[in-house]
Amino acid sequence: MGVISTTVLILGGIGVIAAVVLYFVAKKFHVYENPKIAEIEELLPGANCGGCGMSGCHAFAKACAETDSLDGFNCTGAGKDIMEKISVIVGLEAKAGVRRVAVMKCHGGCEERQVVNNYDGVDSCAMEGTLYQGETDCNYGCLGRGDCVASCIFDALHIDPEIGIAVVDIDKCTGCGKCVKTCPRHLLELVPVEPDKPIVWVACMNHDKGALAMKECTLSCIGCGKCKRVCNHDAVTVDDFVAHIDPEKCVGCGECEGACPRSSIHHIGNLRPELKGNPETSDNKPAGSNEA
Amino acid sequence: MKLKSFGKGGIHPNPSKLTSGMPIIEVGVSSEIRLELAESIGVPSRCIVRPGQTVSAGEMIAEAAAFVSAPVHSPVAGTVKRIEKVRDPQGFWREAVIIATEHIETAVDEVEAELSPRTQEEVDALTPKEIIDIVGDMGIVGLGGATFPTRVKLSIPEGKKAEIVILNGAECEPYLTCDETIMCGYPDRIVAGCRLIMKAVDAPKAVIGIEANKPQAIATFRRYLKGCDDIEVVKLRTRYPQGGEKQLIKAVTGREVPEGGLPVDAGAVVDNVATALAIYEAVYNRKPLTQRVVTVTGPLLRKPGNFMVKIGTTISTLIEAAGGLPEDTGKVIAGGPMMGKAMSRLDAPTTKAISGVLVLPKSMSGRHPEEPCIRCAKCVSGCPMGLEPYQMMNLSIMKRFEEIKDLHVLSCLECGCCSYVCPSHRPLLDYIRYAKQEIRKLPK
Repeated sequence: MGVISTTVLILGGIGVIAAVVLYFVAKKFHVYENPKIAEIEELLPGANCGGCGMSGCHAFAKACAETDSLDGFNCTGAGKDIMEKISVIVGLEAKAGVRRVAVMKCHGGCEERQVVNNYDGVDSCAMEGTLYQGETDCNYGCLGRGDCVASCIFDALHIDPEIGIAVVDIDKCTGCGKCVKTCPRHLLELVPVEPDKPIVWVACMNHDKGALAMKECTLSCIGCGKCKRVCNHDAVTVDDFVAHIDPEKCVGCGECEGACPRSSIHHIGNLRPELKGNPETSDNKPAGSNEA
Repeated sequence: MKLKSFGKGGIHPNPSKLTSGMPIIEVGVSSEIRLELAESIGVPSRCIVRPGQTVSAGEMIAEAAAFVSAPVHSPVAGTVKRIEKVRDPQGFWREAVIIATEHIETAVDEVEAELSPRTQEEVDALTPKEIIDIVGDMGIVGLGGATFPTRVKLSIPEGKKAEIVILNGAECEPYLTCDETIMCGYPDRIVAGCRLIMKAVDAPKAVIGIEANKPQAIATFRRYLKGCDDIEVVKLRTRYPQGGEKQLIKAVTGREVPEGGLPVDAGAVVDNVATALAIYEAVYNRKPLTQRVVTVTGPLLRKPGNFMVKIGTTISTLIEAAGGLPEDTGKVIAGGPMMGKAMSRLDAPTTKAISGVLVLPKSMSGRHPEEPCIRCAKCVSGCPMGLEPYQMMNLSIMKRFEEIKDLHVLSCLECGCCSYVCPSHRPLLDYIRYAKQEIRKLPK
């Protein structure tokens, strides 16, 4: 009896003293944190993808809570109404952020780009790139070892087993841009997604001269400039034997895709052929009248 | 007697010197020569010829574009066809000058006839500055494999003093015998080249370091140098990487080159024996560096040998000269098996850097499956620079490059001892090389 009660008393006493000390210490050293930060962080996906440009979700929540204007703030990973919810919490006006997705600028699979040697080293694009230019003749295309797949935390990138190169799942892609930084060949590009407008892009990065590019891959961009000539919106530029479509200027008419002799231009979504006319001279003409 | 060697690490691979003692065979001049403009470390040289222009054998076709850069000379007489990008053995595009050879059968003799050699008196009258200028103008680079412009190496920075010239005849890479062949064949020229280096850097003493597994080369030099007290032959232990610059300095002088420093910080100037031979040819015979000895070897090759090759000849021509590519070929390696790189295309031109072409059968060239690290620390005791390869690889996988830099990864000479000794067959060197590349991209 005596032993048990002494034990209970001593331990209980220590507990009470510790609780009192801790209470005062906690009061004394309390750090005030804006309660909005926790509230906002609750809404964020918690993936710490860095797509917003901050180091992680907590940093983004903190920045939102402390800013004077939400201009330029956008969480790419959480869907389109996230900024509205945040604007309610912080009491500031917020524009809905533009959703961006990554597009893959190589589509030369095993059929189109013949494998000319075998690589047996470490299974990583970056490592293969330190040793040599790759298994095919194309020095610019996808190496297919999946560094981008490993970098994607939203499961939006996969190596297509049939063609052996990476493909983007547009529905899952949040546009965080991790793969863009990872790809040693810089084959991924972030493009804005707008409602009712298709994404049109040149799926090749081969900078070799046309004749060489033609031998290296049957789907390569040869820099012929046909797409540039048919575009009425000044959206296509050909630089160093590769065409590039400016997503801001592109209206999604799909003229360039039809003109490309190498099937290098791809689109996602419904094309809008009615917009192919020149916006200055034939603004309201029907789509067919330009062809004559 | 205990043979001299470096302090820590190192391995002893099977030397496999199949072509040891074989004579030097001239490879015929091909109808087209492709000369890369980036033949040396540093800035690629600037092309000074135009398509359609005729060039004579030994004419400069590209000049040095900066201090660390070396000119390129045409090995043949011919016409410049194109200046375009060609693929190197790894498949990367390199700017190159393509020359169509005229008079294939007489090209070699023309080179000999055109030049009037300097006499010994004329050579003796040259000042150190003049020797360095000749070495620079003749496009001489380090022929051990690093292709560092020799002119830069011989220009000793202000306030430093070279006490000893070390000629590197270690040739520690298995299979390669190109240095051994020239050491046995031209000891007089190498010694004359060595004296020129000593004069250029104002060093009173020179040492020729040769590994113990080349007794013939050692005997040749000992015989030739009998009675000389300024040049000494040092027999080194057969141990890889004995021919590494820092390892050789440690073995010969006992001094260590400080991290990030130059050999001259330890009072030494190290040049390959092939470079000394090239310096002799440049100064005495006014010949620019347009050819070199390349060992073409492999267990299945029909006629392996040491070939005198015009720089710019394709690698496939070399393999043809050695009896053609065997059917069961797994990999063709530019250089030796330890530091060489596998080639992805054989139509690439040879460069000043190539010391060997090694053709390995499939059974000898495959990679073993990678297994987990068992922390045996064999890589640590095998590293001749005293680094921690296992740790660097782990950090490299996690892309923590700043931390790898703190582990002195930039001291790594990429000898491959770590990957060689690893019982789990981990690709340590691949990851270290990757980390080194990424660290060079980091903001300073």
